[in-house]
Amino acid sequence: MARWLPIAIKAVILAGSVVLIAVLPRYMGEFRLSQFTFVALYFIALLGLNILTGYNGQISLAQGAFMGIGGYVSALLILGRPGLELYQLDPPGWLPLGDGMTPVFTIPIAGLVTGVIGVLFGIPALRLAGVSLALATFAMAVSMPTLAKRFESVTGGGGGIGLTLPETPFGWDISTRHWLYYEAWVTAGIMFLLAWLMVRGRLGRAWRSLRDGEVAAISSGVSPALYKTLAFGVSSFYAGVAGALLVIEVSFINPDTFPVSLSILLLASAVIGGLGSLGGVIFGALILEFLPVYSQDPPLISADFSTQAPSVVFGALLIAIVFVLPGGFAGLFRRLGLTITKLASRAGQARTRPAPSPSDS
Amino acid sequence: MADFLQQVVSGLASGAIFASLALALVLIYRATDVVNFAQGEMATFSTYIAWSLMNHGISYWPAFVLTLVLSFLGGAAIERTLIRPVEHRPEIAIVIVTIGLLIALNGLTGWIWGAEVKAFDSPFPNDTWEIGNVAISQQDVGTLVVTLLTVAALWAFFRFTTLGLVMRAVANDQAASRLVGVRVGWMLALGWGLAAVLGAIAGMMAAPVLFLDPTMMLVVLIYAFAAAVLGGIDSPIGAVVGGLTLGVIINLLGAYVDFVGSELRLPTALVVLLAVLLIRPQGLFGHAVVRRV
Repeated sequence: MARWLPIAIKAVILAGSVVLIAVLPRYMGEFRLSQFTFVALYFIALLGLNILTGYNGQISLAQGAFMGIGGYVSALLILGRPGLELYQLDPPGWLPLGDGMTPVFTIPIAGLVTGVIGVLFGIPALRLAGVSLALATFAMAVSMPTLAKRFESVTGGGGGIGLTLPETPFGWDISTRHWLYYEAWVTAGIMFLLAWLMVRGRLGRAWRSLRDGEVAAISSGVSPALYKTLAFGVSSFYAGVAGALLVIEVSFINPDTFPVSLSILLLASAVIGGLGSLGGVIFGALILEFLPVYSQDPPLISADFSTQAPSVVFGALLIAIVFVLPGGFAGLFRRLGLTITKLASRAGQARTRPAPSPSDS
Repeated sequence: MADFLQQVVSGLASGAIFASLALALVLIYRATDVVNFAQGEMATFSTYIAWSLMNHGISYWPAFVLTLVLSFLGGAAIERTLIRPVEHRPEIAIVIVTIGLLIALNGLTGWIWGAEVKAFDSPFPNDTWEIGNVAISQQDVGTLVVTLLTVAALWAFFRFTTLGLVMRAVANDQAASRLVGVRVGWMLALGWGLAAVLGAIAGMMAAPVLFLDPTMMLVVLIYAFAAAVLGGIDSPIGAVVGGLTLGVIINLLGAYVDFVGSELRLPTALVVLLAVLLIRPQGLFGHAVVRRV
C-alpha cells in the first residue's frame, strides 16, 4: 500500500495542476493572465537552473543573462532583416536573420542558440572546481547589458526593439493574451517532461553522481568536463526558451529587460523552491512572480512598504530557507508526504494486525 | 607620452580600489574557503554610513575612522550570525547565504537611503600636480596612498603581531589551530571584520568618483573578482598586484583601443577572468589546487 501511495499522490497533483492551468484563464482578467504567463516562463528558466544547480551542484548567476540572449535571438528572428531596417538597424551580413518568422517557431531556435553559447561559455568557466562558475557567470550577468548597449547595430542599443503582438493562430476564438498564456504553459509542459526524462535516466544519474562525489563518479567513468558542460548547456537552452517567451509576451526588448537582479533572483527562487526537485520549481516560479508584488503592498495589513522591500524579503527568505529548510518548499512538502505515507501505512498495518510490534515505528 | 603616463596613474588609482576589494575577498576566501558575493554590497552599506555621519556634521577623517570601526563590527557580526550556522555545510550553502546577504543588503540600502544618486566628499583636493608636462590628479594619488597604507598596515598586522600569526594559522589549518587552543570561530569573525574594513575603504575611495548609489560597488565587485582570480584567489599579494594590473590594463585599453572604448571595460574584465581560468587557473601568485583522493 505504501509503495503506490506517493506515486498516486504525485499523479493526482500533476493531473490537478494541468486542469487548474487549463481552466484558470476563465476566472482571470488580462493582467492576472499575463502574470501567470510570466509564472510559466520563470518555471522554464528555473527548471534549467535546477538541473544545473540542484542536480549537478553548480551555481550559475547568469540564468537571466542567458534569457536575454534567447530574447534577442527571438526578437531578431521575428523581425528579420526587413523589420530591422524599419528600426534603421544594420546587423552584419553574416548573421542568418531571414525575412521574419512566426514568433512560436523562434522559441526552439532561441533555445538552441543559447544552449550552444552556454556550452562555449561553460568550457573555460567549468575548469576550476567549486565557485569559479559562479564568479564567471556573475561577471557575465553584470556585463550583459553593457554588451547589448555596445553592439547597437544589432540590438538597437538602449532604445531597444519593439515587436507587434502576434495574432491568435488557426482562427481560434481567444484573445492574444490567452493564446500567449497557453503557448507559454504548453511549452512549460514539454520542457517539464524533457527535464523529467533527462533527470530520471542515465544523464541525471551522471549529474547527481558528480554533485555528490566527484572522485567516485570519475572512477566509475563519468567524465566531469563532459557532463558539467552538458548541464550548463541544457540550463542555457531552458533559459533561451524562457527568454524568447518573455520577449514575445512583452513585445519589447532592451538591455534592461534582463537585468542582473533577474539572474540573482532566479537563483534565489530556485533555492527557495527546492534544489534537486522538479516539482519544487513551481513554488520558485510563483514566488519570483508574486513575492515582489505582495511584499510591496501586502494583503491583509494596510501598509505600503518601500519599493526596496521585495529585495529585503527575498534575501531574508533565501537565508532563512538555507538555515531551516535546505530542501526548500519541495523539501517541506516531501516531508509532509512522507509523514502522510507513514501514517497511512501504519493505519493499514493496524487494520491487518491489531497489535503492531515496536519495531514498526 | 604624457597622456600615456596620466592614463597609467589613473589606472593605478582605480586599480587600488579593485585591489582593496579583491584583498577583502581573498581574506575571506582564506579564512572561510568561500567567495563572499556580498562583499560589494557590504562596502556600499559602509559608504552610506560614512555619508550619513558626514551629513550629520562630522568631518571627513573622524567619519572615515568611525565607519571603519562600525564596518569591522558589522562584518564580524555577519560572520557570527549568518555564516557560522552554515560553516560545516557544503560550499554551495555558504555561497547561497552570501548571495542572500547581497540581495537583502542591496534592498536595505535602497530602503534606508533611497535610490537617488548622492555626491560623496573627497578628502583630497580636486587639483593636479604638474610634473614635467604630465598632469597627475591628486585624487588619484590620494586613493593610491590610502590603499597602499592599508595594505602595509595589514601586512604588518599579519607579519608582526601574535593575533596576525594566529589568524594565519587558522587560515592554514583549522583543526590544528583548535588543538593548540585557538578560538577558531572568533578568528574567522575577525577575518570577516577586517574584510569589511577593506571593503569600506574601497567604497569610500570609489564614491567621490563613481557617486553614491545602491549599486555602486556591483561593477567594482566584478573587477575585484577578476583581480583576485588574476592574482590567485588565495594570495593577498596576488590580490594587490592583480588589482593594480587590472586597473592599468583596463584604463589603457579603454583609452587607446577604440573597439573597447569606455563601454567594453567591464566585458574586458570578464574576458580576463575567463582567460585566467582557462590558461592558469591558480592565477599569478596562487597555489595550484591539489586534490587528495
